[in-house]
Amino acid sequence: MSNESRPARQWLLTLPSLTWLAVFFVIPAILVIITAFRPADLQGGVGPGWTLATLREVQDPAYLPILWRTLWLSGATTLICLALALPVVFQMARVGQRMRQVLLLLIVIPFLSNFLIRIFAWKSLLHPEGPLTKLLIVLHLIPENAVLLNHVGTVLLVLVYTQLPFAILPLYAAAEKFDFGLLDAARDLGAGPWRAFSKVFIPGVRRGLISASVMVFVCCLGQYVIPQMVGGTSDEMLGSKIAQRVFSDRNLPHASALAGGLMLAVLVPMLIVVLWQQFGRKEAE
Amino acid sequence: MYRPILCMDDFLVIDHVSKTFGAQRAVDDVSLTVAQGEAFSLLGPSGCGKTTLLRMIAGFERPDSGRILVGGQDITALPPELRPVNTVFQNYALFPHLSVWDNIAFGLRMSRRPREEIRSGVDRMLELVRLSEHARKRPTQLSGGQRQRVAIARALVNRPQVLLLDEPLAALDLKLRQHMLMELNAIHEQVGTTFIYVTHDQGEAMSLSDRIAVMNAGKVEQVDSPEHLYEAPRTSFVASFIGDANFFTGVAVELQHEGYVRVLVDGLGSPLVLSNGAVSANQTLRLMVRPEKISLTLTRPPSGERVNAFRGVVEDMAYFGSHTRYRIRAGEHSILAQMQRSRFSGGDIDPARGAEVWMSFHPDEGRVVRLEGAA
Repeated sequence: MSNESRPARQWLLTLPSLTWLAVFFVIPAILVIITAFRPADLQGGVGPGWTLATLREVQDPAYLPILWRTLWLSGATTLICLALALPVVFQMARVGQRMRQVLLLLIVIPFLSNFLIRIFAWKSLLHPEGPLTKLLIVLHLIPENAVLLNHVGTVLLVLVYTQLPFAILPLYAAAEKFDFGLLDAARDLGAGPWRAFSKVFIPGVRRGLISASVMVFVCCLGQYVIPQMVGGTSDEMLGSKIAQRVFSDRNLPHASALAGGLMLAVLVPMLIVVLWQQFGRKEAE
Repeated sequence: MYRPILCMDDFLVIDHVSKTFGAQRAVDDVSLTVAQGEAFSLLGPSGCGKTTLLRMIAGFERPDSGRILVGGQDITALPPELRPVNTVFQNYALFPHLSVWDNIAFGLRMSRRPREEIRSGVDRMLELVRLSEHARKRPTQLSGGQRQRVAIARALVNRPQVLLLDEPLAALDLKLRQHMLMELNAIHEQVGTTFIYVTHDQGEAMSLSDRIAVMNAGKVEQVDSPEHLYEAPRTSFVASFIGDANFFTGVAVELQHEGYVRVLVDGLGSPLVLSNGAVSANQTLRLMVRPEKISLTLTRPPSGERVNAFRGVVEDMAYFGSHTRYRIRAGEHSILAQMQRSRFSGGDIDPARGAEVWMSFHPDEGRVVRLEGAA
């Protein structure tokens, strides 16, 4: 095999995954963006011709607080999930093989029940007449008339609950490959347990942290069921608005414009992260 | 409590230390003292407890009983980060996300030294291990020998009172091992820190250390200089673990002055040998003779008081260039002998398989060793 033909062969080898990406990701994304430039028709479909009207509509300043809420809820969920997942995977990677499988199973089991049912479970758990609320009142941990439901904090809580496994799994994959002998070395060199964890373990699972962050953050951005079911009327996320435009208003172009905007809001920062990583790798070489 | 050093010979003290894992006594009532600046080896087969002992000195394991002192300070209860001890790990355990420079600086940063001190300390260490031009590289970009040197520098930069080295040469290939052996000796000489090696390789231990503790089944069999361990092993375990040895069992028949004893061995007559300890008449003893201490001749060597000679038949032989090894049968004994030259000293014919030869050794070369399991 000569050197000249190597790039050609590499292209050939990546062709299947490129095709997969194109069919399932790039083409639908382009279709969504194209739809944003079409007029809406009265039947809930897309009318003929092209228009920039939708683009002007979505610049409504009323969307700004919703976009902001979507971003900070997703960001906070990501941070909380990472903070909860790190100690979990740290322990999981250190226990025996059998215990590990049990723990992994326990983490995956909730997925076996329907997503909506799990949200409903939270709804009844946090209901003013629900067992958790009553227990907390009896223990005097919350005031008598406290309402746990329909609050932005409730949305955050349930977001964290649903996204936690998506943080644990990629982090666990990274922690499993981590050489725990490095922690001994850090302790030997004068680092206490906490500094060994933060200076050696966390950098050691850096790739897992990045993929867990992206996974959780992106999944949160599109959420609309959770704010709708456990949040209050003022706790909408951008996903709720998109769903509303599709299902109630039957205005596909408007929904597409919102979705496209959200996509850009995510892709641009991610592109920066990827470039930063590339830069870091180059510097290391 | 820190006490001033009272005696330099008792710099590192292992005082009746035991450690049990489940049903296994990994370290069984071990006591040792190591002098300041000494190069000391813990030598033994895998599972003998040497690594557990090292991990207890480093602080990764807590002894079930006993104490460990460094420079008069009891460190038994201290966590690893507070001990004046640093370790060179077997697989080096370099931090993959840090450059060579940052790896070496890690310990100084953990103890929050001033920036200037960190810079000069790290640069000095890089010079010592001759890696200054690799300072910005990641550990994965280095060869095995270079990683080894980074690990040494990373430990030594903290000026430990004791440096622990866990199988420091095991991960290197043969050629590099020879080279690093010399280098370790040079570094030890230069920094003067107390070095504790853990190794299963007797050659490594012999060429690296001032003294060696030979360990077996959680206990220390003998602590001595390499020469003494080889020439005067006290137990048959030590004799067989360090170099090759022929063993014979016999009964003491005549005690002479200065520790010489005549032992009756079935099929070999009654050779005269040296004993390290007290021996009584009619006691059953174990003798040890090193293969290279046995000379082979075709004719009977001139007899005398100071020569032990007996006959045998060459069973097998192997030529090694610098020496030739022979397996010789004498009665029920199968004896290993090693000659510097491939030719007999008594004539110039090579001994062939089946040839009848005389074996002889000087009484000073034969040793009484402790019977296995005897106290």
